[in-house]
Amino acid sequence: MKKLILIVLCLAMVLCVFTGCGKKDEGKVWIIATDTVFKPFEYTDANGEFVGIDVDILAAIAADQGFEYELRSLGWDAAIAACQSGQADGMIAGASITEERKNTGWIFSDGYYNATQCMAVSADSSIASFEDLAGLTVAVKTGTQGAAYAESLKDQYGFELAYFEDSPTMYQAVIGGQHVACFEDTPIMAASIKDGDLPLKIVEGSENEGGDYGFAIFNSANQELVDMFNKGLANIIANGKYDEILAKYLG
Amino acid sequence: MINILTVYGQLLIKALGQTLLLALLGLFFACILGIIFGIMSVLKSKVCRVIQQVFVDIIRGVPMIVLAFFIYFGVPYAFNNLLGVRMVLTALQAGTIALALNCGAYMSEIIRAGIQSVDVGQMEAARSLGLSYWRSMYRVVMPQAIRTMIPTIINQFIITLKDTSILSVIGFPELVNTAKTVVANTMDSFSVWAIVGVMYLIVITTLSKVAKALERRLSYDRKK
Repeated sequence: MKKLILIVLCLAMVLCVFTGCGKKDEGKVWIIATDTVFKPFEYTDANGEFVGIDVDILAAIAADQGFEYELRSLGWDAAIAACQSGQADGMIAGASITEERKNTGWIFSDGYYNATQCMAVSADSSIASFEDLAGLTVAVKTGTQGAAYAESLKDQYGFELAYFEDSPTMYQAVIGGQHVACFEDTPIMAASIKDGDLPLKIVEGSENEGGDYGFAIFNSANQELVDMFNKGLANIIANGKYDEILAKYLG
Repeated sequence: MINILTVYGQLLIKALGQTLLLALLGLFFACILGIIFGIMSVLKSKVCRVIQQVFVDIIRGVPMIVLAFFIYFGVPYAFNNLLGVRMVLTALQAGTIALALNCGAYMSEIIRAGIQSVDVGQMEAARSLGLSYWRSMYRVVMPQAIRTMIPTIINQFIITLKDTSILSVIGFPELVNTAKTVVANTMDSFSVWAIVGVMYLIVITTLSKVAKALERRLSYDRKK
């Protein structure tokens, strides 16, 4: 008898855990996945707050469109998997809008940020152009426009790439001399060098034409979310809120 | 999935080659370290035993990801800034060192346990027959010890082969690092990880089969 009661209690406990799942009503809370550190798009500041351009833009758009959301900082790879598996409804993680990604079933919003990419080298480096990179290895961050830019150049100039998971490690690999150069968004690179007082310099004339970052969903049933994002984005650009956010992080 | 295989298949196979290269180099040096420290741990000399114990405690007490960062960034930093000697480690060198240290520490413990599992009477009998210490070790103790060690050593080899994935964090283009790049490019994580999982599975299953055959040959006199 005691055993039976115990089993029933255990089952009741398990059921309690699952009651949270699957409820769907008008007060839907969208789950948005993001990266852990992609400064200044998302990062944890000195006060322990999770902040960044993506975080603020999403908050401004949600306020404008009146939807509720929960932001989960999962990391780049996990954010992708979360959207594909339905654990999250969408992701905002400085993801570039590319044809290759659309071909695998992703749906992107309008671009919410456009930046050029550039190359930086150690402050005392003699590298002055892409030609000087022949036979050398360059550090890039997985999944960024900077990596895409470097990939587009590597065959032409004959250099190799080493992929890192986050920007601090990538910068460290150049500062420490393990690799000769790194590629990153120009405003981010400039801000990082200035804020972190890094012994790096941006190589003149290394900029490209730039690309767009978009909010992304995988399940087309969440199209509503992308529509709201696009509308909200247009509104915050019109009312000046967007420029305010960019100015706050990029100075 | 077919799409990913046609576009990135070659890249992933190359990455698998890099994984195997790193694992082989790491295991080679790990064996050397393991044998040296393993034998040190069974010697009479207290100094040798203490050195082995400290080595094992340090390496076993630090996660490999920390060890990898420390070797790749910390060691060259110390050389360049504290000693003033220009020194750069490639990701392959740093990765090999990290794997060798990590696996070497575990190997030395496996070897110690293997040697100690042989009854002391074997050594005593060999010595009383007039064989020297090293000759008794080599001719009498080791052949018995190795047979007990083999399954555990194979296990450690497989763990080390999989541990190469940890070195993706220092930018070494092994299988996991490359897979992350492909995931980022295509944003199709399931297909890519499924392909990578199958690649690891094939390699490790093959290794296990070879190991099993080796084990059978070495334990010819045991009941199957």
